[in-house]
Amino acid sequence: MAVDYAALKKGGWMRQKQKGKFALRIHVVGGTLTSKQLEGIQKVAAKYGKGYVHLTARQSLEIPWMDEKDIEAIKKDLAEYEVYPSVCGPRVRTTTACQGSSTCPSGCIDTQALAAKIDERYFAKELPGKFKFGVTGCRNNCLKTEENDIGIKGGLRVKWLEDPCISCGVCVKACRENALSMVDGKIVLDESKCTYCGRCAKSCSADAWETHPGYTVSWGGLFGNHIHRGNEIVPFFEGDDRLFRLCDATIDFFAKNAKPGDRLQFVIDRYGQEKFNEMIRKVFEEEQ
Amino acid sequence: MAEEFKIDETVDITNVVCPVTFVKTKVALEEMDDGQILSVHMKDGEPVQNVPRSVKEEGHKILKLIDNGDGTYDLIVRKVGD
Ligand code: HEM
Ligand code: SF4
Ligand code: SF4
Ligand code: SF4
Repeated sequence: MAVDYAALKKGGWMRQKQKGKFALRIHVVGGTLTSKQLEGIQKVAAKYGKGYVHLTARQSLEIPWMDEKDIEAIKKDLAEYEVYPSVCGPRVRTTTACQGSSTCPSGCIDTQALAAKIDERYFAKELPGKFKFGVTGCRNNCLKTEENDIGIKGGLRVKWLEDPCISCGVCVKACRENALSMVDGKIVLDESKCTYCGRCAKSCSADAWETHPGYTVSWGGLFGNHIHRGNEIVPFFEGDDRLFRLCDATIDFFAKNAKPGDRLQFVIDRYGQEKFNEMIRKVFEEEQ
Repeated sequence: MAEEFKIDETVDITNVVCPVTFVKTKVALEEMDDGQILSVHMKDGEPVQNVPRSVKEEGHKILKLIDNGDGTYDLIVRKVGD
C-alpha cells in the first residue's frame, strides 16, 4: 500500500527515520493542555509508543514511535480525550502564547483568549509556506514574539489620574524607561519614552492609573535556517478589529505573493520592505 | 517631601539580593499588626523597581517612597490585614 506522506504530514504525522514510524504532533493552542487531554496523550504514548513524549520548541507536543498501521486507531483513541493532530508543512501552524493576564501578574492582555481567536480564524489555512503566530502578554516577552511571522505583544496605554494619587513616587522608580517624573507632587508622562509596559500602573497602590490594553505587532520573524527579527511597522494600538484587519491583510499578501516554501520575510524582501510597510500602514489607518 | 510618618518597624534590605529582598520585607510585615507602618531601607535599581510592586500585590498600602539622595530609598508601607 502506497503511503501518502504529504497527507500524513498535513495531518501532523511526522515521518521518523525509522521505517513505518511516525511522531504525531498534537494540536495545542497557546501552550495549554487540559488534564483530560494529558490523560489521552499519556494513554496513547504508553499503548502505541515507547512511553514518552517530546515537547517541541513551539509549545506543541509529539508522541513518537506511532506505527503506520495504528494511525486510525490512535486518532480515534485521542479524539475521545479531545486531542487532535496538529499540522506541519505549508500552512498556518500552532499559535503560541505565554500565560498572559489570566494568571501572570505582569500580563497586560489575555493571551490565551487571543491565541484561541487566532487559532480559530487561521489554524491550518493552506498557504504557499508555513506561517506562525505568537502572542506574549507584556514586554517581558517570555514568548519571544519577534521569532514569528506575526508576533503580538500586549501592552497598556496608561493615563495618570490626579485625584487618587498620593504622590508616593513609586511609579517614577518602577518605570524603566525614565518616562515619568514628579513635578510638584504631580506625575508627568513623557509619551515619547513610554513603551506601554504597564509597570507604573501595576506598581501603584492607589489605583491612580487608567489603563487601556493594546498591541505591539512585529512582522517577518524567522528562526530557522535563516534568522530575522520581526519588524514593528506601526505604533502601539488598541482594538481587536484593527489587529485582525492587519493579520488578514498580511495573510492575503503572503498567499498572493509567496512561492512554495517561502516565509513572510523572504516575500517582503523581494517585494520591498518599504512598499510592504506602506501597505501595512494603509490598512492600519483604515477607518475602524 | 517633608511629610512625617510614625514608623513602627524598620527593615534593611540593602545587604541582600532578590528574591531575599522581598522575602525579608514580607517576613517583617507578617510580624506586624494591621495599620502599623513599616519603613523598608533599600538600594536603587532592581529592589526599588520591584519590591514596592510586590508589596502592593500582597495587598499592603504604600504611602511613600523617600529618596535619601545617597542611592538608597525608604519605602513607607502600611500593613493591611493581620
Ligand atoms: C522583587 C522580587 C523578585 C525579582 C525582581 C525577581 C526576579 C527574577 C528574575 C529576573 C528571574 C530570572 C527569570 C529568567 O531569567 O527567566 C527570576 C527567576 C526566579 N525567581 Fe525571582 N524574582 C523575585 C522574587 C522571587 C521570589 C519571592 C521567589 C521565591 C521565593 C523567586 C524565585 C525565583 C526562581 C525559583 C527563579 C527561577 C525560575 C526559573 O528559572 O524557572 N523570585 N527572578
Ligand atoms: S510575557 Fe509577560 S504576561 Fe507573558 S508570561 Fe511573561 S511576564 Fe507574564
Ligand atoms: S507604561 Fe511603562 S514605560 Fe510607560 S510610563 Fe508606565 S512604566 Fe513607564
Ligand atoms: S505610584 Fe500611584 S500614587 Fe504613587 S506617585 Fe505614582 S501614581 Fe501616584
